[in-house]
Amino acid sequence: MDIKDYKNVYVFAEQRGGMIQSVAYELLGKARDLADALGEKVVAMLLGHNVKDQAQSLIEMGADEVLVADCPELKDYLTEQYSQVVYQMICEGKPSIVLYGATTIGRDLAPRIASRLKTGLTADCTKLEIGIVEETGEKQFRSTRPAFGGNLMATILCPNTRPQMSTVRPGVMQKRVREAGRKGIITMFAPKFDTSKFKVKVIETKMNCKCADDIADAKILVSGGRGVHDKEGFNKLQALADVLGGMVASSRAMVDAGIMDHCFQVGQTGKTVRPNLYMACGISGAIQHLAGMEESDFIIAINKDKYAPIFSAADLGIVGDLHKIVPMLTERLKKEVEK
Amino acid sequence: MNIIVCIKQVPDTTEIKIDPVKNTLIREGVPSIMNPDDKGGLELALQMKDKYGANVTVITMGPPQADLILREAFAMGVDRAILLSDRKFAGADTLATSYALAGAIKTLDYDLIIAGRQAIDGDTAQVGPEMAEHLGLPQVSYVIDAEREKNGNFIVKKENEDSVQTLEVEGKCVLTVLASAFEARYMTVAGIVDAYNKEVEVWGADKLDVDENKLGLKGSPTKVWQSFPKQLKAPGEVFEVSEEEAVEIIVNKLKEKHLI
Repeated sequence: MDIKDYKNVYVFAEQRGGMIQSVAYELLGKARDLADALGEKVVAMLLGHNVKDQAQSLIEMGADEVLVADCPELKDYLTEQYSQVVYQMICEGKPSIVLYGATTIGRDLAPRIASRLKTGLTADCTKLEIGIVEETGEKQFRSTRPAFGGNLMATILCPNTRPQMSTVRPGVMQKRVREAGRKGIITMFAPKFDTSKFKVKVIETKMNCKCADDIADAKILVSGGRGVHDKEGFNKLQALADVLGGMVASSRAMVDAGIMDHCFQVGQTGKTVRPNLYMACGISGAIQHLAGMEESDFIIAINKDKYAPIFSAADLGIVGDLHKIVPMLTERLKKEVEK
Repeated sequence: MNIIVCIKQVPDTTEIKIDPVKNTLIREGVPSIMNPDDKGGLELALQMKDKYGANVTVITMGPPQADLILREAFAMGVDRAILLSDRKFAGADTLATSYALAGAIKTLDYDLIIAGRQAIDGDTAQVGPEMAEHLGLPQVSYVIDAEREKNGNFIVKKENEDSVQTLEVEGKCVLTVLASAFEARYMTVAGIVDAYNKEVEVWGADKLDVDENKLGLKGSPTKVWQSFPKQLKAPGEVFEVSEEEAVEIIVNKLKEKHLI
């Protein structure tokens, strides 16, 4: 392998039910930065059935070219079907970098591709950059990710094999502003399937309707932890979220206790969020929770325990009883809105 | 049925703390445990053993101390335990680790391979799918339930962000399992006594079906360039005031930041 033959930044443009997922646009934003630093192109890989009309949207969000594989075999995500197509696209296009969303799809697909290509993959990156090697002046792709439950950060290189691949969790990178009418190339890709390897089929998909709105998209989150106690406590947070035009989220403790659904969970084993406002109510602030919300623009913490670690991550901390403060704040804000 | 379960010994990351003065990880006194998702996978295997009858083999790659989690697995009810331990495995990233595990599994008879979704020290979720690819087997990740059909196929439920899917897998496969779906059984007293009378097989690289150049550090395409403790941002203001004052402070801040 001559690594000089490998150029351009590829993005796996994840879609579900024909809808391009937010994480695809976030990755395009980052891919654009990386490609500009390298003087290379951004290429999106769009796989699905009846999805080709959405290729232009990927161009408007930062892609220079979109490879579209549009056929019935790719309607639902299935590991082998998608692996074969992405593998073929990579073998033909020889990208230097490939990015995937760290979703249940991306984290299923990317390692399969890495193993097929015998190349490196770095999971759940929080920072991707092009650095300059001091000794040689060469440009180098660097992926930084948390390890040991978020206690340690590690910067990973993939020096001798290509492509260099990374996954990034939804909500971590920022989308570019859509550039309507941006010009790019749309290329139809005809996959060659080895159907003898298709061993898995979908019998049923039950959508979880509780998660109609995604906390990762909310601008304002009012989030509750152990200190909220119960469902009634969450009703208080919901009332505040309603006045603020936001959504309610939860720490892991309340999900494990069965009070909140997993799709509202923020943190290492939940979602990564970066809203304009994150209000942490009765959340102590374990490092696994902080990992999911510390990039929020403004963080307010309300907690009875003045030694709670959440205060070290908060821009504004209030030592006090959320069960009193939250309803009072809700009433006060209602008046503010009426003004 | 023969089931192989891949498990890993990990530091209990919820117990790790940062030394506030030196700004380094405090590893001393942090207990080593069987990785939670792997323990969930082991529970699934043992449930299948109870239901269908099966021979369950656990495999781990690690230093000699990893013997401990294999004894724990014996006490939970597994039939055979293999420890892959060799200096040649050292420094392996996920690709080299999955290659070594696959190299061991190739020498065994199996109908099903189970692994945890991810380990709490690395959180990559890569070893299971990478191993499945080395073995040329289909995989299902994020598994919350699995049953075996009479024809040898598996009916598997997996949990996505927005849905629960039921899948049918034809024949042998790799499943990666979520701990939250399987409450692991306790070790039995008789099991604990027995666990120390049973043999843990220790395998070096020469026992595996592998190209030794693809093991350990040499076989790892990724390199850690640098690692550092996470920098916490400068703390903001903390107020310990009456509820009325607290509400005013919050409202003023929200106005200042144009959040209302």
